[in-house]
Amino acid sequence: MPFLVRRLLFYAVAAWAAITVNFFLPRTMPGDPATSLFAKQAGLLQPAQLESLKKAYGLTGGSMWSQYLTYLANVGRGRFGVSLSQFPVSVTTVIEQGLVWTLILGLAGLFLGFAIGTSLGALCAWRRGGLLDSVLPTLFMFIGSFPYFFLALLAVYVLGVKTGWFPQSYAYEFGLTQGWNLPFVRSVLWHLVLPVTSIVLVSLGHWLMSMRNTMIAVLAEDYLTMAEAKGLAQWQILLRYAARNAILPSVTALGLGIGFIFSGQILTEIVFAYPGLGYLLFQSVTSLDYPLMQALFLMITLGVLLANFLIDFVYVLIDPRTRGAQAQRV
Amino acid sequence: MSATAHIPGTTSPARRARMWAAWVRPILRNRLGAAGIGLLTIIGFVALFGPLLMPGDPNAFVADPNLAPSSSHWLGTTGLGQDVFHQLVVGTRATIAVALVVGLLTTFIAAAVAMASGFFGGVVDEILSLITNVFLIIPGLPLMITLAVFLPSGTITIALVLTIAGWAFGARYLRSQALSIRERDFVAAQVVSGERAWRIMFIEILPNMLGVLTAYLINQVVYAIGAQAALEFLGLGAPNQVTWGTMLYWSVNNMSLLQGTWWTFVAPGLAIALVSAALTLLNYVVDEAANPRLRARRSLRAFLQRLPPGSYLGGRATVVARHG
Repeated sequence: MPFLVRRLLFYAVAAWAAITVNFFLPRTMPGDPATSLFAKQAGLLQPAQLESLKKAYGLTGGSMWSQYLTYLANVGRGRFGVSLSQFPVSVTTVIEQGLVWTLILGLAGLFLGFAIGTSLGALCAWRRGGLLDSVLPTLFMFIGSFPYFFLALLAVYVLGVKTGWFPQSYAYEFGLTQGWNLPFVRSVLWHLVLPVTSIVLVSLGHWLMSMRNTMIAVLAEDYLTMAEAKGLAQWQILLRYAARNAILPSVTALGLGIGFIFSGQILTEIVFAYPGLGYLLFQSVTSLDYPLMQALFLMITLGVLLANFLIDFVYVLIDPRTRGAQAQRV
Repeated sequence: MSATAHIPGTTSPARRARMWAAWVRPILRNRLGAAGIGLLTIIGFVALFGPLLMPGDPNAFVADPNLAPSSSHWLGTTGLGQDVFHQLVVGTRATIAVALVVGLLTTFIAAAVAMASGFFGGVVDEILSLITNVFLIIPGLPLMITLAVFLPSGTITIALVLTIAGWAFGARYLRSQALSIRERDFVAAQVVSGERAWRIMFIEILPNMLGVLTAYLINQVVYAIGAQAALEFLGLGAPNQVTWGTMLYWSVNNMSLLQGTWWTFVAPGLAIALVSAALTLLNYVVDEAANPRLRARRSLRAFLQRLPPGSYLGGRATVVARHG
């Protein structure tokens, strides 16, 4: 079987598993799920909301099997029902808004972490055993020991509340017109500083160690001795010979990192009240907005699957070994 | 991996002495390892005897709210006037207990799946690998949150959810280890001599994976501490049970950031970081003791670069990076 078809089948199985978990979870609650959800909401639901809730869960009567098929069809058509906390806005509309902010925050954090971590890793390997190389790996081990939302809490407290240097929460200042105007863009960038820093800080160690270790192996290659012997400038050897070859595994990891965006910054978004998918998930949990929460779980999962499939696709383009029938196993 | 590991009658004094020489002594001799063990001993002591040392209800309102650390309240008081130090000490037991249970459960499941995969191969391996890969690619934290919301809230749910989301990476990792051991000559000899499958798995392969399993178990405890704190921080634990995670939850809920009561979140956060760091150090020396080949490269840096990328970042990566 061609590699891509095999992978596609696997993603289909994973997506089906996630959808099925989503279908059965509300049904693990005692009694009729819609009614027990209704009870939890303590009478806050309008009859219209209960009706839409039942629809979203496929609780339209009939056997479990027909309910399941109805649910699958609804998911296939992208019908996730109506948000309860932002009634009567549809769940998909709420998610679209969150997706933009998650991508902005996630891509900024990912690329900055990659750039800084990889550069530091290259320097560590270049001056192996030097000052940077003895301090940084141990330092990042201890930073990595903290729960990552704890670092975000510290950042909010010290740099946001205590000193007032940076905004404490949200993605932009209220009262600005959204769009491509200077005050709004500046506000968005300004609000990005703290969450991005906290994401970069915890991911730095990974980029650094990965680059450092590959580069040490590359530095032992003959063509580097050759470059040295030719009398090339040091910076040329570092950048054009060593780093350029050592960066490949990190580029692969960068691709995988795009998948992490959807799930990896949930707590960061919550701490900074940054209005992305993670913060929406938190809000839906605290407000018992089950349709929104379940749709978010599915969307985040499908986002991860899609990102992974795109990476597989790129691999086929750049790595001839994956094209043959004897492709690596999933 | 010593070839003597599968000799039956494993508790002879000579063997115990060998164990001491191979495992315990290097751990104690290593300064970082000793630091890690020292920290863990203190934490273990607090977990066992904490509630006896500091009797009384840690949720009781004992003083004015939001008091800064002082001689009467070593770590200050919460926004409701509870003693932070009291909560930290009493909460140690529940926090560590959940982490240990999850660590053991996930290690057990991962090892069982890996050994079945590695030994039977063929269709069994295909199916188990497929299930493992599905669990690996479904993002962990969203899955845990969704599960925890629908299940009845409490410690058991937290442990269950952490286990469901936490075993897959280990299954894949241990499977590759089991496969490589299976290729060794002494296993081939047993197969040829007609030994039964379960005997080969449990008497031949398993003992040779002890080092890897120990390292993985420690990693999983670190994962469980971080992920447990994350879920409880979101309010998905039992809010009235005192753990380090619920302390963080109440701290933020009582507006500690705006009130400037930093001690209410720094204390549990630092406790989590200390345990995680101590376990990472312990893992480093266990790794060294289990792999005699590594003894020449006696440096923490060398150890860190051998860790799988996921475990290096402690909390964040092991919670969220469970796919790929």
